Amino acid sequence: MSEPILTLVVDGLQVSGLASETILKVARENDIAIPTLCWLEGLSSLGACRLCMVEIEGSPKLHPACVTPIQEGMVVATRSERLHRYRKAIVELLFSERNHICAVCVANGHCELQDLAVQLGVDHIRFPGRSPQLAVDASHARFVLDHNRCVLCMRCVRVCGEIEGAHTWDVKNRGIRSLIVADFETPWGLSETCTGCGKCVQVCPTGALFEKGRPVAETHKKRPFLPYLMANRAREHR
Amino acid sequence: MTMLRLATLWLDGCSGCHMSLLDTDERLLDLAAMYEFVHSPLVDSKHFPEAADVVLIEGAVSSHEDVARLRLARHHSRLLIAVGDCAVTGNVPALRNATGAAAMLRTVYLDQPALNPQIPATDLPVLLELALPLHHFVTVDLFIPGCPPGAETLLTALTGLAAGTVPGPPLSTRFGA
Repeated sequence: MSEPILTLVVDGLQVSGLASETILKVARENDIAIPTLCWLEGLSSLGACRLCMVEIEGSPKLHPACVTPIQEGMVVATRSERLHRYRKAIVELLFSERNHICAVCVANGHCELQDLAVQLGVDHIRFPGRSPQLAVDASHARFVLDHNRCVLCMRCVRVCGEIEGAHTWDVKNRGIRSLIVADFETPWGLSETCTGCGKCVQVCPTGALFEKGRPVAETHKKRPFLPYLMANRAREHR
Repeated sequence: MTMLRLATLWLDGCSGCHMSLLDTDERLLDLAAMYEFVHSPLVDSKHFPEAADVVLIEGAVSSHEDVARLRLARHHSRLLIAVGDCAVTGNVPALRNATGAAAMLRTVYLDQPALNPQIPATDLPVLLELALPLHHFVTVDLFIPGCPPGAETLLTALTGLAAGTVPGPPLSTRFGA
């Protein structure tokens, strides 16, 4: 049985998609840009960063586009003064939560958090910085985990579990105290499950995960490798 | 066009933002036609003037002296512009914020192999525990991030201000640019 096709309105545009598709997917197919951070093509959707929040007519709440399935007759707004205000605040809170010092970051110029700041017109951070004392785990032979730059998007956790199948990464604690940990909180270099594939490094949106030996601003991530990899895998399975 | 009175201030920064201003090269002549430099580390004046139209401030606020100079500049200026990441976010001086000033001084001057390990104290302002951006102390009229913001960006902002408009984002710059 083929999947039903639903029609809806996004930003005044009549669009359609399969019943299982999310607002984000349908919007992207129609070249409607919704800001995202934790979402990455090829990984499961989490709805963690809340940047893709949209307004749905008839609902007072905001809905994360990456995990909200479309419905027949839905009227969605991806841009509004209210959404812009929230998205800006989210980016500013992310900057203030840890030590994001772009000028001395390996990912300077290749960072999705930085890009979002530009995109949303964040030119200063209204909130006081928390300046937490966080560790840098350089125990791995080739890679480094710098908690100071982590935005807890969990892309590393997902790519390791879902694509590499190693599930080395996980999150300890909750809320603002959350930290990415390898295995049962062992130094990365001592992890028994890590295969050293580096997928987590490539999908990390910031300078939290990076390859050793590259100076400031010279970490280029290859984030679009996932759809390519998955297409190849699908071909092998056939 | 009436000449605007321009001041610049150098707090806890590396002077890179001032260098960026000089990087406007021959267009400094255009700036000189729009602005009168009334106070700056680039000109010979010891005291902040009674009235400035625009003050560009580079650097984070790192000492009581910085706080006093910043407040004085705010008091005597019509428009206060935070120039560069240190003034806008704290940036490199704020690297110490996680541990505090005393621990940072120990790490830099005592814990590293040095010929004569000692924390410099003579004639230097005492550091506050935190290095903070300008807007934690005074109202800022325009933020120009960048480390440093490019000459082009400063020129665009200053030209806009001289024409009587406060340029908002997007200025073609970003944190760390």
